[in-house]
Amino acid sequence: MIPAKFDYHKATSVKEAIALSQELGEEAKYMSGGHSLLPMMKLRFATPEHIIDISKIGGLSYIKEEGNLLKIGAMTTQTDLEHSDLLISSYPIFGDAVWLTADPSVRNFGTIGGNIAHGDAANDQPAVMLALRATIVAEGADGEKSIPIDEFFHGFYMTALEPGDILTEIQIPKAKKNSGGAYYKMERKVGDYATAGVAVHIELDDAGVCQEIGIGLTNVSAVPMRLDRGEEVLRGQKVTDELIEQVGQIASEDCEPESDLRGSEAYKRSIVNTITKRMINKALERARN
Amino acid sequence: MFSCKTSPEVGGMGHSVKRKEDARFLHGKGNYTDDVKLPGMLSMVMVRSPYAYAKIKSINKEKALAIDGVLAVITGEDLAQYNLHWMPTLLSDSQMVLPTDTIMHQSQEVCAVVATDRYIAVDGAEAVEVEYEPMQAIVDPFKSLDEDAPLLRPDKEGQKDNHIYHWERGDREKTDAAIANADVVVKERIHLPRIHVASIETCGVVASYDKDTQKMLIYLTSQAPHAIRTILALVAGHVGLSEEKIRIIAPDIGGGFGGKVPVYPGYVIAIAASFLIGKPVKWIEDRSENLVNGFARDYHMDCELAATKDGKIQAFKVSTLADHGYTDSSANPSKYPTGMFSICTGSYDYDNAFAELDAVYTNKAPGGVAYRCSFRVTEAVHAIERMVDKLAAEIGKDPALLRLENFIKKDQFPYASPLGWSYDSGDYEATLRKAMDMLGYDDYKKEQAKKRAEGKLMGIGLCTFTEVVGAGPSKDFDILGIAMFDSAEIRVHPTGKALARFGTKSQGQGHETTYAQILAEELGIPYTDIEIDEGDTDTAPYGLGTYASRSTPTAGAAAAIAARKLRDKGKKIAAHLLEVSEEDIEWEVGKYFVKGAPEKSKTIQDVAFAAYTNFPPGMEPGFEATHYYDPPNLTFPNGAYICVVEVDEETGAIDVKRFVAIDDCGNIINPMIVEGQVHGGLTQGIAPAMYEGIEYDDEGNVLNGTLMDYLVPTAVESPHWETGHTITPSPHHPLGAKGVAESPTVGAPPAIANAIIDALYPLGIKHLDIPITPAKVWEAIQEAKAKA
Repeated sequence: MIPAKFDYHKATSVKEAIALSQELGEEAKYMSGGHSLLPMMKLRFATPEHIIDISKIGGLSYIKEEGNLLKIGAMTTQTDLEHSDLLISSYPIFGDAVWLTADPSVRNFGTIGGNIAHGDAANDQPAVMLALRATIVAEGADGEKSIPIDEFFHGFYMTALEPGDILTEIQIPKAKKNSGGAYYKMERKVGDYATAGVAVHIELDDAGVCQEIGIGLTNVSAVPMRLDRGEEVLRGQKVTDELIEQVGQIASEDCEPESDLRGSEAYKRSIVNTITKRMINKALERARN
Repeated sequence: MFSCKTSPEVGGMGHSVKRKEDARFLHGKGNYTDDVKLPGMLSMVMVRSPYAYAKIKSINKEKALAIDGVLAVITGEDLAQYNLHWMPTLLSDSQMVLPTDTIMHQSQEVCAVVATDRYIAVDGAEAVEVEYEPMQAIVDPFKSLDEDAPLLRPDKEGQKDNHIYHWERGDREKTDAAIANADVVVKERIHLPRIHVASIETCGVVASYDKDTQKMLIYLTSQAPHAIRTILALVAGHVGLSEEKIRIIAPDIGGGFGGKVPVYPGYVIAIAASFLIGKPVKWIEDRSENLVNGFARDYHMDCELAATKDGKIQAFKVSTLADHGYTDSSANPSKYPTGMFSICTGSYDYDNAFAELDAVYTNKAPGGVAYRCSFRVTEAVHAIERMVDKLAAEIGKDPALLRLENFIKKDQFPYASPLGWSYDSGDYEATLRKAMDMLGYDDYKKEQAKKRAEGKLMGIGLCTFTEVVGAGPSKDFDILGIAMFDSAEIRVHPTGKALARFGTKSQGQGHETTYAQILAEELGIPYTDIEIDEGDTDTAPYGLGTYASRSTPTAGAAAAIAARKLRDKGKKIAAHLLEVSEEDIEWEVGKYFVKGAPEKSKTIQDVAFAAYTNFPPGMEPGFEATHYYDPPNLTFPNGAYICVVEVDEETGAIDVKRFVAIDDCGNIINPMIVEGQVHGGLTQGIAPAMYEGIEYDDEGNVLNGTLMDYLVPTAVESPHWETGHTITPSPHHPLGAKGVAESPTVGAPPAIANAIIDALYPLGIKHLDIPITPAKVWEAIQEAKAKA
């Protein structure tokens, strides 16, 4: 439980961090909260030669609405998300997800940017981002770029971020009237990764017809997964119990879980079905109120 | 109920005084083994095997020794030169300190790296090159006795297969006949899987050998420092470590639960390394190492419970296969290889019982830590309590009523159990009725009927257990022949304050408070004026340590009797001071007075001063007493636990709605500490019931060797524990106390399992082994639906 030898570098600005990364090359890893990276280093599953500590970079911790966007700074901690009045009142899906992420001491350090940039389908924020159709803003040696969430996750621990890129901001379409989201995961005990989790965000028109829907799945595939086929069933429709039933069924068919200590493949498919239905209903309830 | 004899200031028995030790713990000033730092101290780290069963072809130390700061790589071959590569276990088996040729379980110590600090030692361990030849491990104990199974312990003379021992107790013929003739027989194979104690502090040692004085000073995470010193002297006497030269100090301990009773190879290697190098050597397990060593349970129990058609229990039979891993290292000081498993007949009155057990070797870590229970009581209680609920379900009788009709009655104590124990006291009916009242049992039965009609899954589970603690009477117990007494030594200073030392060792139980309260009760000296000291073999009287809920039953009794010896001496001194004859002196808490003239009195403090300054002519000066207490019997705490759960049929999620625990542990020293013990124990009871269990694959790899996958429950998983007491004093204990720490760990798992299975009963599910997880519940539901 002791990491291999590494050198520690502290960056005080995004520019400095990128420059350090350029200089140190591929054996350098950024660390913000460190709560995903450090355990891997302690087990010596990850042995970076250089750690670039970006946790002291100022100005990247904020939650604000600007124009038609909700903007969240990448260094915003999970605890900040949990206690944000704006998120509590207008984006309750964050409260659902953060409450189920790790434990309070981890949430005090863990950041939303790190949770997404780690590229782990077991993390909770990727599914939430899929449901909310987020855009990821990153800065690299060649300047700033915006990456739609559907193009962000490439594989197991692999994302669209190039070596040296730093995730700086998450942008989410501002909450519309008659919209609502919800997240739930089954976990074996507090602090555990999801056995399976489902994030749903739904937008209704005044007649109650579904204008837009996002459904993201946690830890039932190698890459954070959008339930495209399920979304298509509801988009443009008046949401009925029959349709919800159908989406649950699709979720259980389309997810790609593997049997492990958290449960069998069949079990995971079954609870994805159940949670999907329950979260659509919860999101609908929030959208209607 | 118990009423306090002393004022709150004196703080004798029954007062919920705050724990004296807490200030230093809460301020971060506890002094644990890893806090010990000695000049020139070296650090030792283990290289561990990735395989469960393998030949060691070679160990190459070169690259490790080339690292600056790495001083030694110690192998089994190195220890073999001193005949220290094997050590005996408490149950006459043998365990490798380090292997010379064969690896017997995954994560077994292969060699040890000693370096100037821990960081370098870990790098050194990474650099050791070991070549293995893996072999097919035996993981399933039922396959261990197959004809074609490899002989796992060819090193043992006369060992022809993987069978370790057979044990039995009771009357097989009578029991079989009673079962054959019974109206109803319920049968089940019940498995209690391997679990781990997961104490917050891992195990460790600092060994410091002084070549000039030839003294070996050892700081050790040990629940039994005196016994370990004796064992060490017996094992290593041939290299010059004789008992008077060994000083073991068990400093503060962050949880033991049985896991700090055994001697681990790391202890022996660190001691050997310090002996050879002549410098202090520290070895501290990391969390992952701690999680792959020191297992409890692993009993497969075939149970049969026979009864009349209206539910009068007639016979119980249990045949067990025990998986001991590669050596029987059970930390069990009883004269019986299965410890107190024969308590399995439970709280019920019937004549016929038979228990037998066969133990086998497998390629797993040495098993047999008694995790917060007196050597197999948890297994025994789970067996009988599951079977009683199963019987109730089978004949359609309320499980509470079935228990009430079968209980041993209050006036039957002392009760001779069919497997040979003499239960000291209890009022099982009163205890269960109190639990039922506290829960509102009848209302919940009605609610359950209503919920079932709506298709909802709700269950109520009971457990009415009898524990057996306080090891123990020398007829039943010894460690290498040493009887299982324990000791107290009291010194009252001239100013009337006191120091008391004990052969036990607290690991969080609160001895510094409760022992002081016992002495306050007996002497009237305020508990705040009494210092308690344990754990240093150079200063404390010899004792067998703290486990098996034995401290209050043994050392607590010793304290009371030693205090009474002091009181007798004090009476003579008081008579001298008051110028009356001894017969005219009477005692009330804290003071001697003249019969019929209570205004003529001397306090215990006056008497203590006089013991040093103005003692009667011819009397030995001083005010000290010592007692070694060999208990006449064990104590039999008992309790009634009721659990209410709801199960989500779609996800298998289990919601514990209520948990009521009524304990009868006899007279209570500190109610607040007892409540804390019960809360902790109940949480360690829900742990194996719903969360914990070591999982192996077919190669013998531990699949959940980190706290990410070994699910130790937290406050979030714990329901609101509702606790209460009945008090039936132990008739043979000087204080009427019984011990409580282990009752909740023993009693909670069957109550929870029974509740979940009761919830699932309408679906046709009649048994589930623990841990009962949502995934397991869901699979069982699918299977039941497929059958229906």
